[in-house]
Amino acid sequence: MKTTVDRRSFLRVAGASLGIGALYQFAPMLVRGAAADYVRGDLQRRNGEAPSSFTFAQFSDTHVGFAGAPDPLGTRAFESAVTLLNRSPYRPDFVLFTGDLTHDVDDRDAHAARMRLFGKIAGGLKTRAIHTVPGENDAALDGGVLYREHFGEGHYSFDHKGVHFVALDNVSQGGPQVGAAQRAWLRADLARFSASTPIIVFTHRPLFDFKPEWEWFTRDGGAVMSVLAPYENVTVLYGHIHRHDVRQMGKVRHYAARSLIFAFDDPSTNETKKPLLFDPGDPFRDLGIRVAASQRNGGTADLGVNEIVLSKAEFSGLSGMQQMIRGGQAADGSSSDDAD
Amino acid sequence: MTRTRKIAVLAIGGLLVTHTALALLQPARIIKINASKYHFTPDRIVLEKGRPVTLELTSSDRTHGFMVKPLGVDTDIEPGETTAITIRPDKAGSYTTICDHYCGLGHTFMKMTIVVEDGSAMTRTSVK
Repeated sequence: MKTTVDRRSFLRVAGASLGIGALYQFAPMLVRGAAADYVRGDLQRRNGEAPSSFTFAQFSDTHVGFAGAPDPLGTRAFESAVTLLNRSPYRPDFVLFTGDLTHDVDDRDAHAARMRLFGKIAGGLKTRAIHTVPGENDAALDGGVLYREHFGEGHYSFDHKGVHFVALDNVSQGGPQVGAAQRAWLRADLARFSASTPIIVFTHRPLFDFKPEWEWFTRDGGAVMSVLAPYENVTVLYGHIHRHDVRQMGKVRHYAARSLIFAFDDPSTNETKKPLLFDPGDPFRDLGIRVAASQRNGGTADLGVNEIVLSKAEFSGLSGMQQMIRGGQAADGSSSDDAD
Repeated sequence: MTRTRKIAVLAIGGLLVTHTALALLQPARIIKINASKYHFTPDRIVLEKGRPVTLELTSSDRTHGFMVKPLGVDTDIEPGETTAITIRPDKAGSYTTICDHYCGLGHTFMKMTIVVEDGSAMTRTSVK
């Protein structure tokens, strides 16, 4: 049977959000009809593996070791997010952490202890793999030496079910940049792929000038995007800004994840960058994680974006909060039946 | 166009060319700025719109950044070196300048202000 589908047109639609949101549109098309079979076969020939639905999660900016006014609860949001995801119906194939795993501290041993604590908490995730990139707090002061000792290289890539994932380090190269050497590595890494390959880049800082005066940019972000420009289906996941944000820039969709320590104000309505104040009545306001999950929907498989926003419901009621602050219980929502 | 109008146009054009040429010929003003955890000294400078200025940047402890995108400046400042940048600001305004090379826990607070005023405003300022 001759198909009339135009591959470029098909992928352009899908490419609006392929990866996280894209598979939301793409996956149903893959399971229906001759056109989908054609595209799947084409992708498989070109890329070696046809994309198939899967689930993964993004955590960001856990800042293990931080405890201060914007969040006196320290790692509680992180611990709670681990528990929440474990108890959710999602079973991510892997979890990405987009930087600032730890909060900076001058003492090297203390910083190493924070990295070990991060590993212990993250190790509680029910997932097959964890992939991280560094943030400034992890790696900027020592060029990433301590980070690499605990987590390995800051840039690398891997393939998963037809999608190529690329980790980029834009904090430890001497300034907020990816750097020429890593860009050359990226170009070489991508060379074996066709233009239609779904690519998901994950990094700490935005790869565009989001708000430079708040340090929400990467110096050579434009040069990095130029390396990615030949590819039709690129998604970028990042952290750093402690806010949820989605924006389409050309063919590429950029997703920022919420933090698990505190949120920043809206840059469009605030001149000065500052964290949202801690609210004991709503301790995890604007914190959360992202899950890209396959779902059964009308007999077809979708892969959509789900934002899991942590809320006081997990610690509902004053007694729950008091218990949590005292450290008298695990931050796992077990107090949710407490009354106010 | 009448002869008078032509002369007026030529005169105005000549004045503009002369003004531009004078601005280009002016020696760059030099301003020294030192960076250290977690502040710039001075933390506020006033520049004249259209007049070139050379910023001589030094650091007294570690690598810092000096970034003010609207003026086209983004550089690192290495300790033990002087980083000289010459700019000619062409738009009046107040520009926040930040350290964009992570330098420690107080890094996010390390910033200064560059004010660009036009010539007449500068005159008024100096009279005060």
